[in-house]
Formats: sequence, C-alpha cells, structure tokens
Amino acid sequence: MARTRPRLGVFKFSSCDGCQLSLLDCELELLAVTEAVEIAYFLEATRKDMKGPFDITLVEGSVTTPHEAELIHKVRKSTGTLITIGACATSGGIQALKNFKDVKDFIDKVYAHPEYIETLATATPIADHVTVDFELRGCPINKHQLLEVINATLNGRKPVVPKHSECIECKSRGTVCVMVAKGEACLGPVTQAGCGGLCPASHRGCFGCFGPMETPNTAALSERLKALGSAPRDIHRLFQTFNANAPAFRQQAESLEDRV
Amino acid sequence: MSATANRIIKVDALARVEGEGSLYVKVKGDEIKEVKFGIFEPPRFFEAFLVGRSYAEVPDITARICGICPIAYEMGAIQAMENAFGITVPQPIRALRRLIYCGEWIESHALHVYMLHAPDFLGLPDAIQLAKANRPLVEKALRLKKIGNDILEVIGGGRAIHPVNMRVGGFYRTPRKKEVQALIPDLEWAIEASLETIQVVGGFSFPALEQDYTFVALRHENEYAIHEGRLISNRGMNIGLEQFLDHFDEEHVKHSNALHGFMKEGKAPYKTGPLARYNLNYDKLSERARQAAKAVGLGAKVTNPFKSIVVRAVEILQVCEDALAICRSYQEPSEPYGAVPVKAGVGYGCTEAPRGICFHRYEIEADGSVKTARIMPPTAQNQKIIESDLWKVVAANLNLPDEDLKWRCEQAIRNYDPCISCATHFLKLTIERD
Repeated sequence: MARTRPRLGVFKFSSCDGCQLSLLDCELELLAVTEAVEIAYFLEATRKDMKGPFDITLVEGSVTTPHEAELIHKVRKSTGTLITIGACATSGGIQALKNFKDVKDFIDKVYAHPEYIETLATATPIADHVTVDFELRGCPINKHQLLEVINATLNGRKPVVPKHSECIECKSRGTVCVMVAKGEACLGPVTQAGCGGLCPASHRGCFGCFGPMETPNTAALSERLKALGSAPRDIHRLFQTFNANAPAFRQQAESLEDRV
Repeated sequence: MSATANRIIKVDALARVEGEGSLYVKVKGDEIKEVKFGIFEPPRFFEAFLVGRSYAEVPDITARICGICPIAYEMGAIQAMENAFGITVPQPIRALRRLIYCGEWIESHALHVYMLHAPDFLGLPDAIQLAKANRPLVEKALRLKKIGNDILEVIGGGRAIHPVNMRVGGFYRTPRKKEVQALIPDLEWAIEASLETIQVVGGFSFPALEQDYTFVALRHENEYAIHEGRLISNRGMNIGLEQFLDHFDEEHVKHSNALHGFMKEGKAPYKTGPLARYNLNYDKLSERARQAAKAVGLGAKVTNPFKSIVVRAVEILQVCEDALAICRSYQEPSEPYGAVPVKAGVGYGCTEAPRGICFHRYEIEADGSVKTARIMPPTAQNQKIIESDLWKVVAANLNLPDEDLKWRCEQAIRNYDPCISCATHFLKLTIERD
C-alpha cells in the first residue's frame, strides 16, 4: 500500500493571493513539496475539493466579513497544525486601514449600492479569532521561510525564523545604512527580518512588510525620524501601512495622531 | 428529468482562479433563465484608503491589490502620477519598465497556461496530476515561469511578488549591466520553450464557440503594446487615456462584489485581454510569433475564447523575444530616476496586465497627497462578457450531465484568467435546472 502523506490545506481569506502564490512560486521545490504532502485543498491550484481533516493548514488573509469570521472556526476544527501566512493573516494587512476609519464612508466611496456589501467594521488577524500554531510574517512572505516552516512542521521541530530586526539583514549583506548615510526614513530598526533586506539594498528605506520585531523601540525611531526631518504626518503614514493593525505599529501611529 | 423541471448548476467556489468567485446557472427545460458570474472576494476598499496618502506611497499600496500582477498596479499608478506631474521618462528607464513587465507576463501566462488552464483541456483536476502524466513538461513549465520571476527579481529589487524597486520618475536603484545580461542565456532557452508551448497547447481540442466581440486594447506604433499606448477597439474607437471615462463606466450589481465594466455607448459589454490584444495588434507581433501561431492554425483573427490559451502561449514567445532584445542592448541609465515636480492635478495610467487593461485615475493635491483614486481592473471590465460567453456555453451544452456542464463553464471562465482579487476591489458556480 502507498505511504500516507500528510494532508495540506490552503485557505484564503481577505488578501491579494500573493502569499499562497508564493507556494506556486517555489518552482524548483514545488514538485518535491507535492511528493511530501498531499495537497488536499488549494483552490488556486486545483479543482479537487477534498474535505478535511487536514494535518497542516496554511491560512492567507484577514477576517473582514461575517462569513469569514464563521469560516475560520470551521478551518480550525478541521486542522492539526494551523499556520497563518502573510501580513493580512498575522496583523490584518493593508485592508486593516479601514479599522481607523468609518467603514460606511469607505463603502460609500467605492460602491454605488452599499446595501449589497457585507463587511465587518474591521480587518483582523486570524489569531484574534482562533488559536494559531505559527505565524509567518511578510507582505509577501518569503518563500524560503515558507518551505522552512512546512519542512519543520513535517519533521516535528520548531521553524528557524528569526525575530530580530531588519538591520541585521542589512549588516549581514553589507548594505550601507540608508538612514545613517542618506538620512532616509527607514522602518528597518523596528521591523522583523525576513525579506532579506531588499529595500535598503535598492537604496530606499524599509516600509515594514514583516511587521514589528520583538520588543521594538518605535518611540525612539519616531524621534530619530523627526530629527532627520520627517513630518509627523509622514511618520504616521509609515507606521500605518501594511501592518497598521500590529499592536506596536498601531500604538506608535496613535501616539502621533494629535500631531498629524 | 421532465422538460419543465428546474436544473440548477452551482459552483460555490471556483478553482484555479486567483481569488474567490462563483457561478450560478438556472435552466428551465431548454431555456436558460439566469447566468450569474459572481465575485464574493471580500471588498478591501483600496480607492477609499488611498485618499490622503502621498503620491509616492501609492505604487507600493496598489501593488497589494493583486499578488499575481503587482507590476500592472505599480506601473499604472506610477504612470498616472507622472502624467499628473508632466514627467516623461528617458528611453533606458522606459526599456527597463517594459522588461520588468515582460517578466510579469511570462510568470503569469506560464502559471495560467500550464498550471491553471491546461488541466481543463486534458481532463485533469490540476497540474500535480499533469506532472504525474508528463513530468518533463511540468518541469519545463516551472522553469519558464521561474525565468519570468527572475526578471521580476533582478529589475524589481529582489522579489517577484510586490517588487520594491519601481518609483515615480524611474527606479530606486539602477540594475547593473551584468545582472541584466545574466538573464540572457535563460531567455534564449525560454524562446525555445515558448515555441514548444505553442505547439503543445495548439494541439488541444477546443470547444466550439465564436462571438462577435468588441475588443479593447492598448495600441502602440512601434511594439506589441504592454505598458504604453492609446486605447483602440475593433469598432473604430481610438482614444487617449484621459478619454477613458467618457467611453467606459462600471456598475454595481447585487451578485458581485466587483463592479461590472461596460462601454457607455449602448451599455455594451467588451472584451479585454489576450484575444483583444492579438486581434488588434497582430501586425505588431514578431514574424516568429506570427509563424508559430500560423503553424497551429491561428491567423490574424481569433474569436473562439477557448483558444485564448494558445494566444497566451504566443504572447509568452513575444515577450521572451522582447525581453531578450532589451537585455542584449541594455545600458545602465545615467540616473535611476529623474526629478518629480509635485503639483496639483489629475493623472491617468493604463497598462496591459496579463489579463487585460488596467486603468488608473488619480486627483492629486498640491502637497502630493491623493484626493481621489479610481482603478478599473481587467477582470471587472470582463465580467459582463464572461457572462455572455457562459450563456452561449450553457446553451450549446445543455445535453451534458451537470458535472460535465459545470466543468465546461469553469473552463470558459478560466479562458479569462480571471483575477478575482484584483476585480474586487472579485467567483462561486451554481447551475439551477427547472
């Protein structure tokens, strides 16, 4: 009899599809992954609609509708290890910008018939709704980190995913600091590593795709950015983008609000 | 089943599309009562939260509309800002922009042709089963896709999804000549692989369906238009981007979270994407692309939407040739970006995303912040014509059992490579037979 492979489910909530595409973007490793796990549910890739339970589930996207708020509980019940992937799933994502505004006003701006639209007032991370076993950050996630998390989970070990700041990645690849050398506004000192230090290597400041690092000193960074000439409004915008609803970034943006 | 019984065909969650969509078909006897291609992708309100952001942040934000075609969203926004500020970028920057867009086309088209659409023609649920039947073919497809992603990474600053290197006025960092030249050997291989792709998909059997479409695409004098041009149709329209909203509009229908685009004249549906481009810009395809299309029976006109898979393959060849030519002649621009004279104004941008035209319009305040934003993604524009195709597909296939009819409908939707994440700012199949 054939060996039974662990069953993998991939679910999408409110998102751009980019993080689940990261799995299909593992061009060199994809066929090996499909040999290690049985892809039991992955709508972007297959019309096979197999029912749970799943051994490992990847969840992309944030909870923004009443339907999603119910669905996530069903997904949790049908899965062993639940891994959330990307900024939407781990902090709410870009659409969490609506958390700070009147959502009715947003609906009125975009849609002619607001009565057709079902949406919650907030976009929230999956962990606000159910127990999550591992959160993989990034907007988008780093596909090598994704393979590491799948590999570690299959082998019953803890994934090696650093929680230190983006600065460490710049130092290790030898990138000249854009904040020190050119006075550019950069979120790197408070942002978790993971992308590989891409923005500073492209001569621009980090804009926080991987969310806050462990114990980030966001207040000190704000002061430094101000000293370098950033207007409070620009600092506010910097914290309030792709991980606007992550507590450390949210609080820092709030503390700047009276000066915006 | 009695002639008057309701027959309902439903697909609650369409597969092998990007995002969440559905289909509902209701048939009474031999008469189709209702066809609804719905988009239940949750709304994310991009146009609303762009208001008040700086012009410079917009491309990074709009990229997040879609993980499959972020370049379409970055470049459309960038060009709109440049249009508002009166910026024209120099030739080497323009060439780099076309190169990175070629990368997105190769990646997106290879993904769609092999992983998402080919399984329908082969009666397989997915590309994993295709890999079991023909592993070398899938490995080749993945390598082709990877070459697209490699271009995106080299020009886009290190990643293919939401690249970080494009900005208003140019790029943040100029890619080095040796980085760009390193792409050449793979692109030479990719041209051979795309020729083979045309042969493979050109050999599929295609369900019969011909429609008298209104095609809309960008048109450029000197090239197969991707990132610049005027908007033309096969009905004589020829307009600049600033006239787009005089000719096109969108409406909000109950069964969809994506707005439905239509042409104002006659409130008619129109078609954008590979078939539109091919039919309108056939004369701008390379000689090799036209010959390869001809070898599998495609002439200057293609009106069967199921043949879009072959047209996508022809387009892969075209952009591999274009990308190779740009890499071979690449000279580093003297400056990565030029000055950005911020001023109040209105700007328009429109490019050919892999699935069709993606239109942007922004009003900018004197301090560079966004006053209003409007984005019309290709799948929203194609929704009405997708429903029109589905009426014909269902009518021609009423004799099929529900399961087969359902699959045929799904295949017809996938002709459009619908990107539902984009369209909502967009599917579920229900077939109901009375």
